[in-house]
This record gives sequence, C-alpha cells and structure tokens, in this order.
Amino acid sequence: MVRLITHNLLACHAKDCNTNNFPLAFKDAQLEIREAEFNPEFLKGFLPKIEWTALVDTARQLGDTSLPLEQPEMLDDEFLKNLHHVLLEIHVEEGSMTCPNCGHVYPISNGIPNMLLAEHEIG
Amino acid sequence: MSRPELQAPPEIYYGDTEAKKYTQNTRNQQIQADMTYRALELLALPPDQPAYILDIGCGSGLSGEILDEEGYIWAGVDIAPSMLEIALEREVEGDLFLQDIGQGFGFRPGSFDAAISISVIQWLLNAETSHPTSSPPHRLQRFFTTLHSALRNPSRAVLQFYPSSDDQIQLITTIAQKAGFGGGIVVDYPNSKKAKKVFLCLFVGGGGAQQMPQGLEGEEEDDSKARFERRREREKAKAKHGKRKNIKDRDWILKKKELYRKRGKEGVPKDSKYTGRKRKAVF
Ligand SMILES: C[S@@+](CC[C@H](N)C(=O)[O-])C[C@H]1O[C@@H](n2cnc3c(N)ncnc32)[C@H](O)[C@@H]1O
Ligand SMILES: [Zn+2]
Repeated sequence: MVRLITHNLLACHAKDCNTNNFPLAFKDAQLEIREAEFNPEFLKGFLPKIEWTALVDTARQLGDTSLPLEQPEMLDDEFLKNLHHVLLEIHVEEGSMTCPNCGHVYPISNGIPNMLLAEHEIG
Repeated sequence: MSRPELQAPPEIYYGDTEAKKYTQNTRNQQIQADMTYRALELLALPPDQPAYILDIGCGSGLSGEILDEEGYIWAGVDIAPSMLEIALEREVEGDLFLQDIGQGFGFRPGSFDAAISISVIQWLLNAETSHPTSSPPHRLQRFFTTLHSALRNPSRAVLQFYPSSDDQIQLITTIAQKAGFGGGIVVDYPNSKKAKKVFLCLFVGGGGAQQMPQGLEGEEEDDSKARFERRREREKAKAKHGKRKNIKDRDWILKKKELYRKRGKEGVPKDSKYTGRKRKAVF
C-alpha cells in the first residue's frame, strides 16, 4: 500500500545520504488500483507539500500520464480528480524502491516497504 | 509478568500469536481507542480540516482505524511484521511501513500535519531489536530529530507511553527538547493507579504561542466508555452493510488494468482468479 502521496514525501534515510536522495526509484512495480473517497479540500491543502516534478515523473513511469508537467494555477475539478487518482488510488504492491544516491534498495512486499537499514547505514 | 519491553525485542514479542491476541482483546481495543481519542484531542487540529498524520508504532491498526473514521489520511510505521500483517487483514487505509523508529525517518521536511504514537516509545528505552541498533539515547535522538524535521511548522506530536521511572521521563523530554521540540508531559488521572496515563505533548514552532494542555483530574470518566460503545455499534452497522468502500470489486479492477495497459504501462499483473481477492501478507 505505498501510494504516491507517501512516496512523494519519502527520501532515503541511510547514514550520510543527504543529497540527491529523492525520489526513490520504483523497480518492477506491481500496481493495484483501489478507489478512495474524493476529498478536494485535502488535495488543495496537500498541494504545497508536493514535489511536482517527482510526482509527474513517477506517475508516468507507472503508466499514468494524466498530470500536466507544470502544476496548473487553476485547480479545476478534472485536475483535482486526476491528482486524487495519482496520489491516493494507485497502490504499489510489489517491487522495490532504489535510492538514486547511495543505491540502497527498499523492497516492497504485500504493499509494505521494508525501510530497515543495515548496521553501517544507521545514522 | 514483567513489562513486555523487558521480555523480548518488539518484533519478537509481537509475533503471530501475541499480535492476534493483542488485537482481538476487546478490553485492549477499548484502552487503545480511548488513548487515541485523547491523543487526537491533545493534538487540537483545526476542526473539519483534513490532515495527513503519522502513526508511530501503528501496530495492527487499532489507532489507525480511528484515524480512518475521523477522516484523516495517514501513514503508519512499525517494526513488527506480524502486527502489520494484521493491519493489512483489517484493511486499514493508511500506508504501512516496516521500520525501526530508532533508526530515524526519511520523510521530507514538513511532510506531516501531526503525529501520534500510542503505547510505543517505552520500547526505545528498554529493549534492543534483532536488527542492527545503537544505544537507547542515540536511538531516541535519531528518532526525535528526524520526527521533528518530518513535521510541518507549526504542528504537534502526541505520544502516549508507559515510563517506568521519572528518570525515563526526564531522559525522553530532554532529548526531545534538544531535537528542537517545545511542549512537555501531560498526565491524565495522576492519582488513579489504574487510569493514570502519560502523554508526551510536543510542539513544532509556534513561537511559544502553543498552549500546554491540562491533564484530566479525578476518576476516569464513563464518557470514554460510552464513546467506545457507540463506535462498536457503528462498526457493527458497517459490517452489516457489507464491504467497505475502498475494497474494489473484480470488475472494477479489471477495467482499471485494461486502462493501464492501453496507456502502455508495463508490468500490469495478469488477470487471474485471484484478481480482486483479499491478500494475505507474507514476509
Ligand atoms: C502496544 S503496541 C501499540 C500499537 C498501536 N499503536 C495500538 O495502539 O494498538 C506497541 C507497538 O510498538 C511497536 N514498536 C516497538 N518498538 C518499535 C520500534 N523500534 N520501531 C517501530 N515500532 C516499534 C511494536 O511492534 C508494537 O506494534
Ligand atoms: Zn540513499
């Protein structure tokens, strides 16, 4: 149940991995789509936290091209519905996430990423 | 029996058997629910405003189910695979992570509007884990520093825990302050042996304008019991109405997969007789 809402907030937390450690790259992602309740107020409040480019790129890698490259200024209903789908309805169930900086691989099993670090990676 | 955190590492203590027992025990459900409601009260989030919350040590989702009901979006982390497996079975809506909070978080600055933790951080003081680890003060420092940065400014984190001495409270609050948090300890029912509860109520930012909440006095109110009963009634009603809304039927999933294939997505799972079935977790 890693959704892109959480993936977009997640950087690598291995020791001394502080730059270029976001976004984690999905590999062999298996998706499940589950409908969630549409909450435009939540989405509007959440927008400022989003790293837009990372979200659009990741969504495209997972096969969803509904989001524009530039974050629009007008938040019409169609845009919010697409954003809702990308953030909250696409679940990555299997696969892994790789840190672009240190290369640490976080495996995902049954929708749960394993974030445990090895001894030498603990900060 | 000595306290759980003195008996074994958390992911061992909360193995399959204990995780099941813990989650099914109605008395325990009530206690955890009460403390979750109280933690939400202490968070004092603006009413009717959606929020993204971190549930630290979310376990099998007893606290997360209440976040779902209250309409919050959340993510939860826990070190015990067996507890997370039950959370999956119970179909909580939050994103779950297998994570040792003593190793710190990697969330980007300002990710969460609030954090709660119910009956967890005493584990950071007492037990080692079977994963690589370091000393308790170092683990606490890593935990509080990365939590502080993961929270929005201004915001709060409310952590209910079971300290076994005043020294422990002292150690925890000192490290939290060093990590940048304001706030402190709130004790509910300090004179009741049974009902006494300790909440670490932490503030991010706010320039000292955040008011320290008051602990509850006297005897435990019957109020909370009533609240819990009402909730169980709602649960029952929900169960009667069949599937929860987020569980998609097979047709719907097939339709979505088709759409994904059309969009040129690789690796869309093949349709099988398992499509749309509830999954069982295997770690
Ligand atoms: C008493 S349970 C509480 C679970 C849940 N918050 C609730 O209210 O039901 C304590 C939980 O803390 C988790 N825990 C203990 N140490 C931990 C650690 N270092 N990192 C993450 N979770 C931990 C345990 O696995 C267990 O699920
Ligand atoms: Zn890294």
